[in-house]
Amino acid sequence: MSWQTPSDLKYARTDEYVRLEGDRATIGLSDYAQDQLNDVVFVELPEVGAHFEKGKPFGAVESVKAASDLLMPVGGTVVEINEQLTDEPELLNSSPYDKGWIIKIQVDDASEAGSLMDADAYTEYCNTR
Amino acid sequence: MSYIPHTDVERQQMLAAIGVTTIEDLFEAVPSKYRFPKLDLPKGLSEMEAAAELQALAEANEHGGDYALFRGAGAYHHFIPSAVNHVLLRSEFYTAYTPYQPEVSQGTLQAIYEYQSMLCALTGMDAANASHYDGATSLAEAVTVALEVSRHKRNKIVFHPGIHPHYRAVARTYHQGNDVEFVGDGGKAIERATAEDLIKYIDDQTAMVAVQYPNYLGAIEDFGRLVEATHNAGALICFVVNPMALALFKSPGELGADIVVGEGQPLGIPLSYGGPYLGFFAVRDEYVRKIAGRIVGETLDHSGRRAFVMTLRPREQDIRREKASSNICTNQGLMALAACVYLSLMGRNGLRRVAEISFQRAHYAAKQINRIKGYKVNVSKTFFNEFAVKCPKPISEINQFLIERGIIGGYPLEADYPKLKDHMLVAVTEMNSKDEIDLLVEALAEAAK
Amino acid sequence: MTEPLIYEISSPGRTAVALPDVGVPEVELPKELLRKDLDLPEVSELQVMRHFVNLSHMNHSIDSGIYPLGSCTMKYNPKINEDVARLPGFANLHPLNDEAGSQGALALMYHLQSWLAELSGFEAASIVPAAGAQGEFAGILMIRAYHLDRGDHKRTKILVPDSAHGTNPATVSMAGLQAVELPSDKNGDVDLNALRAALDDTVAGMMITVPSTLGVFDTKIRDVVRMVHEAGGLMYMDGANMNALMGIVKPGELGFDVMHYNLHKTFSTPHGGGGPGCGAVGVNEKLVDFLPGPIAEIVEEAGEEEDAPLYGLKMPVKSIGRLKAFQGNFGMHVRAYTYIRIYGGEGLRDVSRHAVLNANYVRAKLRGVYPMPVDRICGHEFVMSGHVEGVEGIHALDISKRLMDFGIHPPTNYFPLIVPEALLIEPTETEDKATLDNFIDVMKTIAQEAKDDPELLHSAPHTTPVGRVDEVRAAKQLVVCCRPIPDYEPQRTPSGD
Repeated sequence: MSWQTPSDLKYARTDEYVRLEGDRATIGLSDYAQDQLNDVVFVELPEVGAHFEKGKPFGAVESVKAASDLLMPVGGTVVEINEQLTDEPELLNSSPYDKGWIIKIQVDDASEAGSLMDADAYTEYCNTR
Repeated sequence: MSYIPHTDVERQQMLAAIGVTTIEDLFEAVPSKYRFPKLDLPKGLSEMEAAAELQALAEANEHGGDYALFRGAGAYHHFIPSAVNHVLLRSEFYTAYTPYQPEVSQGTLQAIYEYQSMLCALTGMDAANASHYDGATSLAEAVTVALEVSRHKRNKIVFHPGIHPHYRAVARTYHQGNDVEFVGDGGKAIERATAEDLIKYIDDQTAMVAVQYPNYLGAIEDFGRLVEATHNAGALICFVVNPMALALFKSPGELGADIVVGEGQPLGIPLSYGGPYLGFFAVRDEYVRKIAGRIVGETLDHSGRRAFVMTLRPREQDIRREKASSNICTNQGLMALAACVYLSLMGRNGLRRVAEISFQRAHYAAKQINRIKGYKVNVSKTFFNEFAVKCPKPISEINQFLIERGIIGGYPLEADYPKLKDHMLVAVTEMNSKDEIDLLVEALAEAAK
Repeated sequence: MTEPLIYEISSPGRTAVALPDVGVPEVELPKELLRKDLDLPEVSELQVMRHFVNLSHMNHSIDSGIYPLGSCTMKYNPKINEDVARLPGFANLHPLNDEAGSQGALALMYHLQSWLAELSGFEAASIVPAAGAQGEFAGILMIRAYHLDRGDHKRTKILVPDSAHGTNPATVSMAGLQAVELPSDKNGDVDLNALRAALDDTVAGMMITVPSTLGVFDTKIRDVVRMVHEAGGLMYMDGANMNALMGIVKPGELGFDVMHYNLHKTFSTPHGGGGPGCGAVGVNEKLVDFLPGPIAEIVEEAGEEEDAPLYGLKMPVKSIGRLKAFQGNFGMHVRAYTYIRIYGGEGLRDVSRHAVLNANYVRAKLRGVYPMPVDRICGHEFVMSGHVEGVEGIHALDISKRLMDFGIHPPTNYFPLIVPEALLIEPTETEDKATLDNFIDVMKTIAQEAKDDPELLHSAPHTTPVGRVDEVRAAKQLVVCCRPIPDYEPQRTPSGD
């Protein structure tokens, strides 16, 4: 199998990606993760303004057969949530890196992203699972 | 006697196929020291001997079939149409498992879906699950839902003292290992506590406020200001209800409830010494994904036919494991079917009629008892089919006197509410005829002498 | 085949039940407190019967065919049990009836408690819990309370093997403790090295299923028990698989401190399409004071002239508390009592012997047809992989759905989680050899079909009332009620005074 792993993103072992843009970041779920989950039927989103540390759950995704927590790849404060996912959770499947983004945050400390994988490392990681 | 079908010949053939000589050979993995222990159990019986023994045990009880029964306190003696039992005895229903395989479980699934729909109608809520163990565990699970809705940022639960004492106890049992604070039901005696008294307990740590409708002493209270205060504080309001009362009185949905729980036993389920009963659980739309337990949803099969399936499955323990908010698996499915059949038979007008007869006969009984010298019924509040009576003697003495006259009297309240010494809680349903009520009144008068 | 909803056959003004007159002088109803309408169906009794009988035809059930659902013990539910549970002296007995007037029911509960305790080598049992999950919850709360009672507040972890039922870790979390997952070794037994590494003074106990969820007796079970005890933890046995153990081994003698029984599995009370059940718990002397109550006890021994003692309901002194409003699913107690009474001690031993015989027979006959990840003598069930050699793209699910076309309920699939494409098969002792032979033949036929015509499996089932259903649609649109909910006007709530 092959999955898209855009090279401008960083990836967590729990399959969240982060797109860093200065002190802002966009967080979503990788193509590999959406493929494993199959049809996503529900996304639980946090409230704007909520603060989460790195590694803490900020929401959850559900498919018919599985549910998994969404963990913060880096700590930060939620500044925007993708409300379109409430009505169209399938965007997570059809467009994980674009229309299917989940939250945007104000990053606490961008150096926290240092421990995340780059695209090559993440591709390798997915292939060995 | 035995339900094992094997013949000696078959046993030998099967052992040969496995490649062992005796059945005992199959247990060599069990440490020999502990294998095949002595069992100090009685010898087996034939079916007719067992039936006779069970008959004798059943007859050793004083019950609502032989006695005029005026006891309620959370379990009520209502009429059950024959057809309910005939449906429950369809072994296609009672010998089926949980409907995990929808293609061969449409009967169970559709019945649960219809049950959910009827419960929504009764409670005025948007969604109901397929049941919890009983009314008390439904309340305990409501606490869990409220904590989840607050994302565990709140940990305080306010209980009206008019909630069944056993229900409050069960909720505390369930949450003894969690950091939950229960307040509101410790102080004033129930007869003086009002819904407004609870408002002072509500703060920004409150996840849920729970009330009972009608309350444990039968009264219909005004929860208007309490509901408003609860919502203003960002907490959920939970109504614990007697479903039979809802046939007559406004639905909790209309009164602003977020969660409605209760005991479904009055809906076609026999008293059966406390179970199996039916814990129902209904919520507003926004909380449906937080409910524990099974929920059936409508969908289509691959050729476009209407079909039903258990949905929102990922919340359940078999998928979510340690992250599930409840471990519930087996529920009270067959009892939900009983309620579904009962509500179908009673229908729009019949259920209302049962509630009205119960209401009228209870009011007649209250009035007559209140006239007896030495007895006092607190009739200042509207009540449904249950009321507390202050008696001139200890309840144990009065009930002993009643039993000898073929009457099972009210439930003594003192153990749970020390200030209600010599009070009994009397329940009246459509099963209590005018003659029975008159007999009770006469016996109570005599007992006072 | 579809059946209309009961609401769809409703007609205004129709009714199924006639009720008596009020019969007493009437008072006026409190109009301002009343509801306006009640949206229930209006149907006749015959319509109700046809509706539910038609629905019943759309179910698979034990009485219609073999139900080899692993870990669920779908054995025959004797009919006498249904009759006795409905005797008026039980059915009409109020839960808060005076104890003096409930002696038959209390005697029954007392004996059932004693028999369950004896079967497992325990000191006492409580039959309050309504289901296995509630029994587990009671057990873990008792373990927690036991440590706290000794002043030991450090013990917050419960070890759970990765092969465990989902209820185990969920129970631990519910009790406010932390579930720590332990890996299994290649035989499906507990990995002793991993266990040793996990044990310290923060471990409150361990939950384990015997025989394991893979259907085998863990040969090292005594070592596991000893190690956990040495570390100060208690041992919880998940009794879901008790049908393999009656008269074979007593968990109490193996050193377990607490276990739950599923009366709706081992003791033949019907599953009811999902419940009710009873998840009785048995304990040794360490936990006896912590049992959930109330439990039936002898409050006064029989005098010289009486033939029966006086029974009553009591809360154990350090009880974890009430788990239900009343004393449990009594109707299930009556059925299980009857079942045990009919079999007797030796009969129950025979039940487990034959449950294990049946499982091993089917296992032996299917070896070589499907892969057996744990290829050894099994208990009352065994696990195989839903995979046919040389065929790609056939899954446990496809085999399961195809079984339906032969009138057979699928085995438990995708559990235990540690076996890919798991099919967990539990025939139970009440199936006769001819039925098992037919099941075996069908399984062989399906394996052949997977090679010859895989599409037949992918598109199965073909003969059921509905085909494969769209679960994604159900989860997305989330229609869980067929009626519109009235949109209430905001208004003042009633005044009760």
